[in-house]
Amino acid sequence: MKEEIIIAGFGGQGVLSMGKILAYSGLMEDKEVTWMPSYGPEQRGGTANVTVILSDERISSPILNAYDTAVVLNQQSLDRFESKVKPGGVLIYDSYGIHTPPKRTDIKVYHINAMEATFELKNNKAFNMIVLGALLKVKPIVAVESVLKGLKKTLPERHHNLIPMNEEALHRGVDIMEE
Amino acid sequence: MEEVRLMKGNEALAHAAIRYGADGYFGYPITPQSEVLETLEDEMPWETTGMVVLQAESEVAAINMVYAGAGCGKAVFTSSSSPGVSLMQEGISYIAASELPALIINVMRGGPGLGTIHPSQADYFQACKGGGHGDYHAIVLAPSSVQEMCDFVSLGWDLAFKYRTPAMILADGIVGQMMEKVVLPEQRPRRTEEQIRQQCPWATTGKKGRKQNIITSLELDDDRMEQNNLRFQRTYREIEKNETRCELINTDGCDYLLVAFGSMARICQKVMELAAEKGIKLGLVRPITLWPFPAQQIADAAKGCKGILTVELDAGQMIEDVKLAVNCNVEVKHYGRLGGNVPTPDEVLAALENLFINK
Repeated sequence: MKEEIIIAGFGGQGVLSMGKILAYSGLMEDKEVTWMPSYGPEQRGGTANVTVILSDERISSPILNAYDTAVVLNQQSLDRFESKVKPGGVLIYDSYGIHTPPKRTDIKVYHINAMEATFELKNNKAFNMIVLGALLKVKPIVAVESVLKGLKKTLPERHHNLIPMNEEALHRGVDIMEE
Repeated sequence: MEEVRLMKGNEALAHAAIRYGADGYFGYPITPQSEVLETLEDEMPWETTGMVVLQAESEVAAINMVYAGAGCGKAVFTSSSSPGVSLMQEGISYIAASELPALIINVMRGGPGLGTIHPSQADYFQACKGGGHGDYHAIVLAPSSVQEMCDFVSLGWDLAFKYRTPAMILADGIVGQMMEKVVLPEQRPRRTEEQIRQQCPWATTGKKGRKQNIITSLELDDDRMEQNNLRFQRTYREIEKNETRCELINTDGCDYLLVAFGSMARICQKVMELAAEKGIKLGLVRPITLWPFPAQQIADAAKGCKGILTVELDAGQMIEDVKLAVNCNVEVKHYGRLGGNVPTPDEVLAALENLFINK
């Protein structure tokens, strides 16, 4: 398997962290992984994006021109990356603040309302984990158990009390994708 | 079992240095390599191995601290990004002239001037053709993965100590910022004072019981200075003979040859995948040492191919060495993006098609 993913949105939405968690989950499953962020001042309030590749084989370029899956969390990112999804690929977008929805018909388009789900969970920090859950529902690239294993491994022990909250958010993401 | 970890290239540099048994780091923060200093501060090696980690007041101070530490036979290093490495050039020339081992890391960003914080390879000339003044070379290693960021730390130091010359890791913002899997080496102890005295008899370790060691780059007697220079040149010829490294990928029977280093070599591997779908056979030579340059390997790989494309994050620097390598027997062209921009794989393939196939 090889999955080439772009995750894009506003700085502060947890785009880079979501990519990191996905990469760690791939590591838990012994996959080859690369995580390539758009780094720099644009992360503070501007747009942020990260390319994550998970593969069974050695990964060539960490920078791509086309993606199997795009997860876009604001209008600018949707405008920029809709055309970059490979034909037959997947585009997931959060509908909060989107005024011009995607138009392509040769890809599978899913919209979620993760922002609303954070209000229901009364936890706006869970936004990216909800989106990750929704992504894994459509594209089971890694097992949810691997995500939790990755979190356990990378979070310092003093933050392990946050894992149940993250697990709840992941499952919430799976649920809203079903709706 | 070896533990596989996921980290940024910059973080791997710091971990690898601690595990090498480094004696000291002297640096000043600059994007896109600040994680080197940050990781060292997080790891606090002064409490475990006794390694010194010091944020100097400037890059000029940092390189001179490296100069001093190297003179004592210590394994010392610094890291910076392009504008900071420009400030260090005088010190690097002094270190080379004093025949001292040191490790210098440049995680390149777009220039000239303060430029941009995004990736570039435009310091190729500076790294490989001197940078500082005088007839000297640093051994220049070009990592293209996080694992190589880790491995080239020990390789760089080993070569620097073997030949008593500065070694440079020439990375860029992509290799520094991306995360990949990495296996770190075992922790080695720092060398004892006694081991340093044995392995570095030239070092200023305290002259009790032996003649005084003087470390200087100054020699006002022209004949002696010429002899010094001839000795440096003999070392450089030895390094060229023994230490030239490159990776060849699918070069046998290829139609066109790509030459690219560091992050661009990774992008070129994707270009090869895209080209194969179109029935174009591409080979890739990835120089691992930029100095000494793998000229012979490129000349051999180019035999029978219709053209060579160098892919660089600059306006065409390495292309000069590639042209010299093939003696203009094969047409050599360049494709690059400037000022922090990075080409996508399809963009590079289109350039190759425009420059060679559809011309």
